[in-house]
Amino acid sequence: MKTRRIDNYGKINRDKILSFRWDKKNYKGFEGDTLASALLANNIGIVGRSFKYHRPRGIFSSGVEESGALVTIGSKDRRDPNVRATTQELYNGLEASGQNAFPNVNFDLAGINNYLGRFFAAGFYYKTFMGIPPLEWGKGTAIWMFFEKFIRKAAGMGSASGLPDPDTYEHAHDFCDLIVVGSGPAGVAAAIEAAEKKLDVILVEQDSLIGGNQLAENDFDNSQIKNQLENLGIKIMTRTTAFGLYDNCVVGLLERVTDHISAPNVNIPRQRFWTIRAKHIIVGAGAIERHIAFNNNDIPGVMTVNASKHYLNRYGVLTGKRIVIATNNDSVYETANQLSEAGANVTVLDSRTNLEIETNKSFEIRKGYVPYNINGSKKIDSLDISKSETINKSETINCDQVLLSGGWSPAVHLLSHRGVKPKWDYNNACFLPNDTKENITIVGSSRGLWNKNDCIASGIAGTTDALNRLGLSKTNYFFPKPGGWKNPIQPLYEVKYKKSRSKSFVDYQHDVTTDDVRLAHREGFISVEHLKRYTTLGMANDQGKMGNIIGLSLMAELLNKEIPEVGTTVFRPPYTPVSIGALSGRNVGKHFRPLRVTPMHQWNIDHGAKMIEVGLYQRPWYYPKENETLSDSYIREASTVRKTVGICDVTSLGKIAIQGPGSTEFLNRIYSNGFSKLQVGKARYGIMLRDDGIVMDDGTSWRLAENEYFMTTSTGEAAKVMSWLEELLQTRWTDLNVNVTSVSEQWAGVSVAGPKSREVLNNCLDDSLVITNNNLPFMGVTSTFLKGNIPCRIARISFSGELAFEVYVKSDFANTMMDLLWENAKKYNGCLYGLEALGALRVEKGHVTAAELDGRVTIDDAGLSKMASTKKSYIGSAMRKRGVLKNNDREILVGFFPTNLKETFNAGTIVCEKNNIKGQGIGRITSVTYSPELGHWIGLGFVKGGLDKWKDTNLVGADPVRNKQMNLKVVSPHMIDPKGERMYA
Amino acid sequence: MIRINCPYCGERDHSEFSYGGDATINYPSLDASEKDWTEAIFFRKNIKGFQFETWHHSNGCRMWLVVERSTVTHEIKSVKPCHPDLQKVVENNK
Repeated sequence: MKTRRIDNYGKINRDKILSFRWDKKNYKGFEGDTLASALLANNIGIVGRSFKYHRPRGIFSSGVEESGALVTIGSKDRRDPNVRATTQELYNGLEASGQNAFPNVNFDLAGINNYLGRFFAAGFYYKTFMGIPPLEWGKGTAIWMFFEKFIRKAAGMGSASGLPDPDTYEHAHDFCDLIVVGSGPAGVAAAIEAAEKKLDVILVEQDSLIGGNQLAENDFDNSQIKNQLENLGIKIMTRTTAFGLYDNCVVGLLERVTDHISAPNVNIPRQRFWTIRAKHIIVGAGAIERHIAFNNNDIPGVMTVNASKHYLNRYGVLTGKRIVIATNNDSVYETANQLSEAGANVTVLDSRTNLEIETNKSFEIRKGYVPYNINGSKKIDSLDISKSETINKSETINCDQVLLSGGWSPAVHLLSHRGVKPKWDYNNACFLPNDTKENITIVGSSRGLWNKNDCIASGIAGTTDALNRLGLSKTNYFFPKPGGWKNPIQPLYEVKYKKSRSKSFVDYQHDVTTDDVRLAHREGFISVEHLKRYTTLGMANDQGKMGNIIGLSLMAELLNKEIPEVGTTVFRPPYTPVSIGALSGRNVGKHFRPLRVTPMHQWNIDHGAKMIEVGLYQRPWYYPKENETLSDSYIREASTVRKTVGICDVTSLGKIAIQGPGSTEFLNRIYSNGFSKLQVGKARYGIMLRDDGIVMDDGTSWRLAENEYFMTTSTGEAAKVMSWLEELLQTRWTDLNVNVTSVSEQWAGVSVAGPKSREVLNNCLDDSLVITNNNLPFMGVTSTFLKGNIPCRIARISFSGELAFEVYVKSDFANTMMDLLWENAKKYNGCLYGLEALGALRVEKGHVTAAELDGRVTIDDAGLSKMASTKKSYIGSAMRKRGVLKNNDREILVGFFPTNLKETFNAGTIVCEKNNIKGQGIGRITSVTYSPELGHWIGLGFVKGGLDKWKDTNLVGADPVRNKQMNLKVVSPHMIDPKGERMYA
Repeated sequence: MIRINCPYCGERDHSEFSYGGDATINYPSLDASEKDWTEAIFFRKNIKGFQFETWHHSNGCRMWLVVERSTVTHEIKSVKPCHPDLQKVVENNK
C-alpha cells in the first residue's frame, strides 16, 4: 500500500511502530500519531458516512472541531462511539471502525439516501409528523411510529455498547490563583509571567503536547518551554479539556488519563472530572479555521489548510500530491510554501484580486479565483474554479486534495458559557470576545490576534490584567489590536453556483446544506435560534465549530442584514463531549448515594435480617427462618407480635432534642394539636402542617422536663423537619428561646410490642416497678436503666396497636440492648420483626405513613380531624381551611377489603365506581397487606367522600398496570381493635 | 458554582447550602386571615437583578442566612444571619 508518510518531517517517534486495526484490517503507525494521522499516512480517505445522506466522509481537520472523522474506538463493553479520530492518540492494538455505514464505509448501501436528498431536507422530521403532502396522508403519530424505527436506524452515528461500563472514573478538585486554558504562545506567556509574579498557576492543554497551534510549525520544539514552565512550579495538565466555565471562576475540566494507553493499569481511572476553583481565569483557547460552502465541498480529500500543515509538520504526512488551496486570507501562504517544499504540486486560489504576498514562488497563485464545485465521489478527481465576481464555468483543475480557509473563528465558547455575547469584527470577519466584569481574560488568537508576537504580548498583558484585578498590581497594559495580516480578509462563506443541484455543506456533521438554510428562511425560521433547531445546524457533537458562521452569514444575506444583526447562538458547556461516566465519577452502583445504617445493623444481619432501603437507611425488612419467603416471614412475625411479643429496630426515625424556656410554646405552634398541657413524663402524638395547610409529617414528642422535649419524626422527613424547625426559630420566631439539636445518630431505638412486651422489658430493667401500668400508663415516658446500668428512655407508644414500648439507649449500647431484649423475648416465643411486618400491623390499625401522607393530604383527608385544635392557632391553621381543601369530594382515608376475601390487590390500584371504570376513578389504594389477624388481604387508601358515602356500595379496584381488576368493599381504616383496648392494657 | 461567604464558616461552595426562598416576606401571625397567608405563601415577585433570599448552611453550621444575590449574574453582594441576635454577634466580631 502506498504511504503518504514522508521522510524528515514530523515529530513522531519513528523508532516506535504501533499496530492498529481499522475496519478489521491491520495497519501501522508511529508513536505520536493520532488515529487520523495514521489513517491518512496509510492513505485511507473515507473514514465514515454522513449523518443523513450517507455520503463518504474523510478527515476535515486535525483537532477538536472535527466534523467528519467520527469513529468507534474499542470493542465489546469498551466500545466508545463518535470519537474524533483527530484527537484520538494512537496506541498499540487500537481497534477502530467507521460509523453509520453498512456493510462498510467504502461501500454503504444507504448511500442511496444521497439521491433522495430532497425528502430529507431540513424539517424532515417535523413534516413527517404532519403527514405527507399534498393530502397530509398519514397525518398523526401512526405513520411516524411506523417510520421511526427505520429512520432511527438510518440516521445517526455510532452506537453505544449497551453493556455496563467496566472503567472507573474519578472526581477531583483543585484550586489555584490563576488557571490558564491553552498552551499556545499566549497561554504560555501568560503562565510564565504569572508564575514569575509569584502566582500559583495551572496551565491546561487539551492536546497531549503543549504548544497549541505551534505544533503545526516545522521548527517548533516544546521541550525548552516545558522545562521553563516546570521550573517555575507551574502545574501542567495535558490531555485535559476545560469544557466549561462556571460562576466564581470555577472551571470544569475533563482529564483523559488512559484513553491513549493500550493496557491501562486497572487501578487508575480512565478519566478524571476536575472542578478547579481559581481566582482568575485566562483563556487562550486559540481560533478555529473555517471551511467554505460550495458544491460537493465534503468529498474525502477536503480539509482545512491548517490541518494539512499539522499533518505535514507534526506527523510527517503529506496529505495530497496535487493540492489546491482556496482562501480569502493570508494565513495559508506559509503552509503553501511548506507543502510545495515537501513535494506537493500546489495552486492557491485567493478570492481577493488585490494582494501583496511574499512566497517562495514554487506554486501558482490565482488571484480573484474561487472554487465552486468538486468532481468525484469517493475521492477528489478535479476542482471547478471560477473568477470570484461572477461564478461561471471557466476552468477545471486536476487535483487530489482541496484545502480550505474561509477565515478564522476565535474560540469564544468558554466566555459564552458565562453569558457574554461575542461581538462581530468586520475587519477580521469573525466574532471576538466581549469584555466581562468577571475575573476572566481572553488572550491570543481567541482575541483575533493572528501573529505570534501579538499573541505573546497579549499573554503578558492578560496576566497584568489579572494581577490588577486581584489587587496585586496597578500596572498599565494594553492588548494588541485584533488582526495581524498584511492584506485584509475578504468575507467568503459560500460560493454559489446556480446551475447545479449538488449539495453544498454548511455543517458536515449534521449534513446541513446551504439549501437547508434557505429552506428554513423560506419557511419562516429566520431567528438564529429557530434556524439552528429547524436545520439542526451546529447541533452535532462538534457544536458547529466550523460551520456556524457560514450558516449565520447565509441567513444574514437572505435577510439583507449584517451578521451581527442576525446574532449568534449561545455556546453552552461542554466545549467538547464529556462522557457520562466522568460526570458520575465514583457515584455509581452502591456508591450512587450515601448509605446509612443503624448502630445495630450488623446485629440485625447476624440475626438473619434481610435488609431494605428506606430513604438512605438500611432497615431490617424481614427475618426469615429456614426456607421462609418474604410473605411467610412477615405473616409469622406480625402474628407473633399480636400473640406474644416482637422486637423491631426503629432507630432510623428522626430524633430532635428541643430545649429552652420557649419549647412548649414552640411545639404548640408547630403541631396542629395542643401541647401546652402536656405533663412532664408524657408523650403525645402530633401532626405538623406546612404553611399551606397540607400535612408535612407526624411523630411523637416526649416531655422529659419542664423545658426539654424529645421529638421523633418519620424516617424520610427527618432532615426536612430539622431544617424547618431551624428556619422557624432563626427567621420567624426569633424571640422564642428554644434550641433544637438533631440527635438521630446519638440514640438507638427499638420497639418492643405485643401482649408480653411488658414482661420482656421488665426482665431487662434494673427496677421492675418503673413500667407497671400505673407508673407508666399509655403515652407515659420515663428515664431509667437497663440491666448493667445502661441509661435508657422508655415511652409507652404503640404503632402496632398492641401494648408496646419504644426504648432508646445511647447508640454505643445498641447491641447490648438488642442482646438483652432478644434473650428475654425468646423466653416468650417472641420474634424479631422487620419493616414488612411493621407495615402489616400498622395497616391493620389504619395508621398512616409516607405512603398516605404524600404531600397532598390534609388532616381531615387522613381522618385525623380530631388532631386539629380549635383552641389555638398553629402553622397551617389558616390555610387548612381554604376552599379547595374543604371541598366535599376530597378523597378521605378508608380501609379496603376485597369483596371476595380470597382475592388480593396491590398498592396503586385505582378505585372506581362499578359502571364507570376509567381515568383516575374516585380514589386509590396506597398500602396493602395480608392481615394475619383477619385472614385476608386488606388495604388503606383514599376515596372521594370517604366511608360514609361508600360503606354499603361495591366498588371496583382497577389495576391496569398489572392487568387486574377486583371488587372492593370500603371499611373503616381501623380494621382491628378500633377502641384500642390492647394498647391500653 | 455559586460561593457563599458564610459569616460563621467562611466562603463555601453552594453545594453545602440549601436554598430557602424569598427573605423579604413578613409572615403574618398564626391567627391572621387566610387572605394574608395566601399573599405570604403563594405570591412571589420574579426579580431580575438583586434579591434577598434565604439559604440554609445545611452541610455546615446549620445557620439560616440572608443572601443578596443577583438572579442575572449570581453575584452576591451581602450575606448575613437571618437571626437578628446572630447578626449583632457577627457585626460585633468584625
